[in-house]
Amino acid sequence: MFAEISTDIQAMLPEIVLAVYAMLALIGAVYTGKDALGRTLVWVTAAVMVVLAFWIGSQEITERAFGGMFINDGFARFAKVTILLSAAAVLVMSIDYMDRRELLKFEYPLLVALATVGMMVMVSAGDLMALYMGLELQSLALYVVASLRRDSVKSTEAGLKYFVLGALSSGLLLYGASLTYGFAGTTLFSGIVEAVSDKPSLGLLFGLVFMIAGFAFKVSAAPFHMWTPDVYEGSPTPVTAFFATAPKVAAMGLFARVVHDAFGGVVGDWQQIVAFLSVASMFLGAVAAIGQTNIKRLMAYSSIAHMGFALMGLAAGTAFGVQAMLIYMAIYVTMNIGTFAFILSMEKDGMPVTDIASLQSYSKSEPLKALAMLVLLFSLAGVPPMVGFFGKFYVLRAAYEGGLTWLAVLGVIASVIGAFYYLRIVFYMYFGEDRDGLDKGGSPVLWAFLMASAAIIGISWFPGLNLFGIEVIAEAAAATLVE
Amino acid sequence: MGNLLSLTTFIPLIGALILALFLRGDDEPAQRNAKWVALATTGFTFIVSLFILAQFNPADTGFQMVEEREWLLGMQYRMGVDGISILFVMLTTFLMPLVIGACWDVKVRVKEYMIAFLVLETLMLGVFMALDLVLFYLFFEAGLIPMFLIIGIWGGANRIYASFKFFLYTFLGSVLMLVAMVAMFNAAGTTNIEAMLDPEFQFASETMFVFGWQIAGGMQTLLWLAFFASFAVKMPMWPVHTWLPDAHVQAPTAGSVVLAAILLKMGGYGFLRFSLPMFPVASDLLAPLVLWMSAIAIVYTSLVALVQNDMKKLIAYSSVAHMGYVTMGIFAANQQGVDGAIFQMLSHGFISGALFLCVGVIYDRMHTREIDAYGGLVNRMPAYALIFLFFTMANVGLPGTSGFIGEFLTLIGVFQVNTWVAAVATTGVILSAAYALWLYRRVVMGDLIKEALRSITDMTRRERALFAPLVLMTLLLGVYPALVTDIIGPSVTALVGNYETAVLAFESANMFAQN
Repeated sequence: MFAEISTDIQAMLPEIVLAVYAMLALIGAVYTGKDALGRTLVWVTAAVMVVLAFWIGSQEITERAFGGMFINDGFARFAKVTILLSAAAVLVMSIDYMDRRELLKFEYPLLVALATVGMMVMVSAGDLMALYMGLELQSLALYVVASLRRDSVKSTEAGLKYFVLGALSSGLLLYGASLTYGFAGTTLFSGIVEAVSDKPSLGLLFGLVFMIAGFAFKVSAAPFHMWTPDVYEGSPTPVTAFFATAPKVAAMGLFARVVHDAFGGVVGDWQQIVAFLSVASMFLGAVAAIGQTNIKRLMAYSSIAHMGFALMGLAAGTAFGVQAMLIYMAIYVTMNIGTFAFILSMEKDGMPVTDIASLQSYSKSEPLKALAMLVLLFSLAGVPPMVGFFGKFYVLRAAYEGGLTWLAVLGVIASVIGAFYYLRIVFYMYFGEDRDGLDKGGSPVLWAFLMASAAIIGISWFPGLNLFGIEVIAEAAAATLVE
Repeated sequence: MGNLLSLTTFIPLIGALILALFLRGDDEPAQRNAKWVALATTGFTFIVSLFILAQFNPADTGFQMVEEREWLLGMQYRMGVDGISILFVMLTTFLMPLVIGACWDVKVRVKEYMIAFLVLETLMLGVFMALDLVLFYLFFEAGLIPMFLIIGIWGGANRIYASFKFFLYTFLGSVLMLVAMVAMFNAAGTTNIEAMLDPEFQFASETMFVFGWQIAGGMQTLLWLAFFASFAVKMPMWPVHTWLPDAHVQAPTAGSVVLAAILLKMGGYGFLRFSLPMFPVASDLLAPLVLWMSAIAIVYTSLVALVQNDMKKLIAYSSVAHMGYVTMGIFAANQQGVDGAIFQMLSHGFISGALFLCVGVIYDRMHTREIDAYGGLVNRMPAYALIFLFFTMANVGLPGTSGFIGEFLTLIGVFQVNTWVAAVATTGVILSAAYALWLYRRVVMGDLIKEALRSITDMTRRERALFAPLVLMTLLLGVYPALVTDIIGPSVTALVGNYETAVLAFESANMFAQN
């Protein structure tokens, strides 16, 4: 008995370590320095996350703990490492910005840490209860950080909007989960997959649809995307950067986990829903972003379009599709960290600016940063030779192999429409007229993140580098999820 | 040297990196240094590429000097040249030093300008050498980025519109090709171009149904159409040519030269590398369509060229007309037609490049491209009048210049396949004489009555030096075309032979099925 519990606990030790750290730090900070500790805590939290990422990355076993409620396999580890590293990167990037706006409260890194615990549980969930627990832990922490700037109407609005709509989506998800439980008789994925293997009942399919609606909200796929632009715009920029990276990976991981582990027997049934979500997101993200003048709103629509492409991989319903989705998400996160490092450094007279037109003639005052941004923008648009193109190539191939040629064709057409608004930013930076531009210089940390991200995106496709071997790792990860 | 091709391809990129990392400032000496570094890099690339030509064995119809490295997704980084691609490589390396020379008077952001051209050269060379589908696509598409910037930053008044149109139009054309490549990857299990060119290997050509539509030629037809969407835009073919006049008019002189002389050739090269040998059945089925589109292009765009007021626009439309001969020759799919198409592309590279340089010479002096603003230039610029006359004649296809050989060969090729198309296309020869000579008369001949032109000066030594190699090549290929046909001949024979075998096999199989 005791030995069993000890192995169970060992399986989820990283999550426990991070949760215990967050709670101890919370108590410690309350009783001692409070906000004076904010800067230190950000660094420590980021360090803990990086250490955990390396620890998780070095594991190799596949194990199920707590009677199958918690799964530690290659797939979960791939997602967790991506989540932890991106969360750590965003934390470090936010120090300067938060500090100068007196937002560097000690709760901030700890809430991010708790949200990260939630995400790690999400991608490891083997049971509807564990799934919901992870999801809510993540969401509650995110609602709070969205409204971190309490004296700003927009930030409060963002938090409230996110909370109300998030609660609605949680409700949908719960409704679907309870239907599934009612008809399958179990909340374990391994039990559900047996119940649906031969002719699933209508109730199970209803449950599946409602749960997918809930997931679509979390990954901000159209038509469940409405919250995204407002929340992106209203939240403090570092929080927006966080929203655009780690939670997206977690939600996509959870999505893939549920449709394959619990509903792997009825691929045809969920494939069409996912394919629809994919098309709708790609086109909505591409078309709606054209009119945006605020770069944060633009990135919101951009992330909707990118989720559409990631869902294309998932829609294939194959192991290669999951592999393509994982690679796509890793590339997406890398690009977004670089892009948000740039957005965080956009300032005029010390005040943050988000208007795209303020980038006029940026390439003259800051040629190197403009070049890095150029690389990232063309990568986001999916133009070769940038790595973003390879992400698209993987998911296109997955969709074609899965028999979804029409989806691949629509996807590439959407990517042409989407290219327009990325080019528009290039247009401002390079073709614009001379006028008072943004402040020069800025934080060296942001500079380093921008350059590192652009370098990875620009050259890691070279034969010899081969995307740093991520292909093989993602393949192994996908193999553990889809047999 | 085991990796001569990669070396040639990436020398310009290394030059660009040196410029980007080690050159500071934007003052007079820095600008001069940037130009000299770029000129030296492109010159050196040309010299290295001569070694490729020296090592090349025309009798061998396969790929030579092949390099191979493992890449993503089981794909390979493969480079190689054969008789069809090697002369495009040479054309690129030969023209790039002249292109750099043509932007010697640029004063705005010179370092970036040079970097853009050097990166572009790497990408263009990569297109002609890549032996992997995705690697080809990568170079093919990436070329849009530097060209987008060249038009957008250094272009004319309406450059924003032109650069966006250029990018989105060609991007839309190419993405369908990407989906087709994915399909080919699945069908063939590899992205190795060499393996797909193997006559033993054929993509499925059984009739299939898509959404209830019967598609003769099946998979091959669908793939062919997807590739056609990309290459037809790139060529450009009527009616998807409208991006080209806009891009040309707004692009700086050097940008126009690259665009007309090299970038357009990627479309024709694509047809020869992919459409014809990989989808022979579909090519055979759809050849009449292409032939008639080409014939319409030749006549229609020649007529449009006749009424232009802008010199660059006129030459741009004339380029579209000349590319019509190329597509016509390719899809005639016989030795003369394909030989002629390749010849025409090379010759058009020299002639259209030179014509855009000619416009650049007077644009730099008067800052207008309006034909009406000129007249009687021969009085003040005799040397210029001579050069311009020479290339006008070459453009018309005067025997003795390379323009004649290309047009004549393609017309012979088409005549054997479709007499009516050949007849219509031949009227284009007359029309091209009309618009080219009329342009010459309005710009150069007559009395010098415009006040502004009284103080115009003749060509400088730099400008004369730029034209010398182009005149030489145009004449040389005009009087001794075997220089080209000896190199491309065996490869073209093999290509045409495989094509005919595949088409015959398909036809006999169909006959068999009907009986």
